[in-house]
Amino acid sequence: MAENPLLSVPAQPAPAPAPARPGPPLWLLLELTYRCPLHCAFCYNPTDFARSEAELDTADWLRVLREARALGAVQLGLSGGEPLTRDDLEPIVAEAYRLGFYSNLITSGVGLNEARLQALKEAGLDHIQLSFQDSTRQMNDFLSSTRTFDLKSQVAALIKKYDYPMVLNVVLHRLNIDHVEEILEMALRLGADYVELANTQYYGWAWHNREQLLPSRAQVERAEETMRRFREREDRMQIYFVVPDYFERRPKACMNGLGSIFLTIAPDGTALPCHAARMLPGLDFPNVRGASIEEIWYGSSAFNHFRGQEWMKEPCRSCPEKVRDFGGCRCQAYLLTGDAANADPVCDLSPHHHLVTGAVARADRPVVRPMEEKPLVFRSARNSTTLFVKRDGI
Amino acid sequence: MNPPVIGALSRPAVERGFRLQWEAAQNAHVLLYPEGMIKLNTSAGEILKRCDGATTIADITADLERAFTASNLSEDVMRFVAMAVEKKWLKIPS
Repeated sequence: MAENPLLSVPAQPAPAPAPARPGPPLWLLLELTYRCPLHCAFCYNPTDFARSEAELDTADWLRVLREARALGAVQLGLSGGEPLTRDDLEPIVAEAYRLGFYSNLITSGVGLNEARLQALKEAGLDHIQLSFQDSTRQMNDFLSSTRTFDLKSQVAALIKKYDYPMVLNVVLHRLNIDHVEEILEMALRLGADYVELANTQYYGWAWHNREQLLPSRAQVERAEETMRRFREREDRMQIYFVVPDYFERRPKACMNGLGSIFLTIAPDGTALPCHAARMLPGLDFPNVRGASIEEIWYGSSAFNHFRGQEWMKEPCRSCPEKVRDFGGCRCQAYLLTGDAANADPVCDLSPHHHLVTGAVARADRPVVRPMEEKPLVFRSARNSTTLFVKRDGI
Repeated sequence: MNPPVIGALSRPAVERGFRLQWEAAQNAHVLLYPEGMIKLNTSAGEILKRCDGATTIADITADLERAFTASNLSEDVMRFVAMAVEKKWLKIPS
């Protein structure tokens, strides 16, 4: 189940690669805010979020929705940070519904009381994805650096009461992947219809904490086996397992290629071809305050840069698989090799593949207490400021 | 939990959490669901838009045969509905 469901188009053959004019931004992700009551050490938000510019106001978000929908955007993710910290979430959802978006609230549950849930339902919210950090209060609260486990359990009950499909998302990593059985049991008790076990993707805070979060190969294999057995005996809920790409030999077809279907708008209005792409150097990402979605999507150099195959280097350039995986993830190539145009080093054809296997080999060492070697850095405004000051000066 | 029995008198409906709509930008019906979208070909779209939970498969088939001046569609429709139920795009309310 590693594939992105957006890419599976069973009733129609796959489109040809690199069309003359790119297709529309089918999937719009609004990161409404970087504010978040949780402090998860595996968050993919940028570690320097604390110096982000002011958030867009309601009118700007509504304009983004209208312009993107006019181009053909149809899937809407409302994320952050915690989107419920915005008190205009309800009018944003209402406008999305009016325009014909399928809207998905991606939330920690913190702030989702009954009054707000009822208002969101009435506004036309289609779907809610609720995150848990682990199966027990102790680990959930440790990993998110909050006391939110009981609250999340109450929110799960509310979601059912308002007749939403119950979708739980749990990000897996070294510290909780051995609890997959308990996590699935918890999901079943909460009445989940879908559980997404999403292995950590190493960007942002997760990248910073990678050495402590990357599981060993044995842990991953045990988790997959546990999930397989659970699937066999339990058909009341569907389980999606997002494979950790560090353990693969071919890269993920990240975003179906940058600028192909995904458009993310960051809290300050910066338009990105993927929620992690802000880190990519040399690209001048446009801002919706100064440009229309159409200008950004079709006309900006930042969005055109990684379209097609011209930017590729060897071994991708002459590789027959480039039409399938587009060379993998640009952000991962940049983070590991320093050059975003390199092959994603997850690929075993990449000359940098040892950077991935090396990280996995370190994770395989029987380190008993990795936390004592280097503590986890939790996502907080204070840690964010500390990190970027240390890196860039003030 | 046994799979639902599907027959000519079943009245399939689009599953909770899914939404079927026409997308002009794609010139196709699409089935939207959490974080995903299925772009439907013409026949899939025509079948699904008739699955309103009130119309029987027999009536859906008859309507399609009328609309497209075709005959003997029942097997195709049944096969598609069975596939869509298996994929949980459709439910058969009991």
